[in-house]
Amino acid sequence: METDRLIEALAADAEIRQPRIGTTLTWALLLALPVSAVLFMLVLGVRSDVRTAMHNPFFDLKFLVTLALAFSAIAVSLHLARPEASFKRWSWLLAIPAAMVGLGIVAEMMMPHERPWLTRLIGNNAMSCMMSIPLFSAPVLVAALLALRRGAPARPELAGAVAGLLAAGLGATLYAAHCADDSPLFVAVWYSIAVAIVAGVGAIAGRHMLRY
Amino acid sequence: MRRRDDEWTVLMRSANAGDEAAYRRLLRSVAPVLRAAAYRGLARAGQPVDQAEDIVQEILLAVHLKRQTWDATAPFAPWLFAIARNKLIDALRRRGSRVFINIDDFSETMAAPAAAETLTSAEIASHLDGLPQRQRDVLRSIAVESASIKETAARLSMSEGAVRVALHRGLASLAGKLRES
Repeated sequence: METDRLIEALAADAEIRQPRIGTTLTWALLLALPVSAVLFMLVLGVRSDVRTAMHNPFFDLKFLVTLALAFSAIAVSLHLARPEASFKRWSWLLAIPAAMVGLGIVAEMMMPHERPWLTRLIGNNAMSCMMSIPLFSAPVLVAALLALRRGAPARPELAGAVAGLLAAGLGATLYAAHCADDSPLFVAVWYSIAVAIVAGVGAIAGRHMLRY
Repeated sequence: MRRRDDEWTVLMRSANAGDEAAYRRLLRSVAPVLRAAAYRGLARAGQPVDQAEDIVQEILLAVHLKRQTWDATAPFAPWLFAIARNKLIDALRRRGSRVFINIDDFSETMAAPAAAETLTSAEIASHLDGLPQRQRDVLRSIAVESASIKETAARLSMSEGAVRVALHRGLASLAGKLRES
């Protein structure tokens, strides 16, 4: 085929405009979140003492951390969908949720406690946490990867991993409403493991799905 | 160099606003630059340079299908060269080379004279046969037989809208086939 003719064909197709990635990703998340939410209500549901729990700042902190993870990962995902993007310039955003957990741990350490720190860290829901977060993240991860296929990431594995962080942030937000372990130590260990699992799955999927 | 980059950015903005002629001019203007870079990449990898046109067409296709990822407030050239580099690396890997792409491959090319002749590649054409019939017919008509969308619609007894859809899907399928090959 002559290159000039290919150019003619591309020009003839110029009229079909694709929406921007941000728009596509927003729609994908809006469609996937109800699926995850229904899954959450069916499998676990909100914890029964939620009204009292809401007065516990460490319960609230869980949501701040997971939502910070989700939003910073959304921003980085959109950035990485561009072919000329550099990860370095934006990666610091992902440190925000980690810093919030760190501050939470320090704050909790300074307060008097009935239970020793190791007990709080191990908690009662470690297994449930590590299995539930990936489960509720799954619909979001699928939707996010499909949306990001419109992008042109220079590093598909990395883009997939960040999509995993995004999905895990939202999945963990749901799970946090069920889990009775509110200690930042518990969050730092078990939520992180769950988030890492989802990010790993995202990286593997990204390698196949996000190449362009 | 700087003037050329600015011109590309302006053309791409017009193209995004629906100016087909500006888009055509842009693609015609970037093709020789991509060609020179593809020659250089193939030569450095010890591959026959007569495959350069395959790579040029693959890059153009990717530019077309991913143009919504270009940020209209940013210059066009870095975006273009990022896509070109990615596709060149891909193409060389597929041909079994260990790849060392120099970042300067593309900036050096800026000085390279533009080859005027029209070149042909066999690779994209060979993938046409694997497409669904309608996409294949439309692409053949427009990209091989130089028919317009209107003529193609009349020839294949399709609506112009259906021709546009088939054309767009056909281009996307071609890119997919190149990626898998």
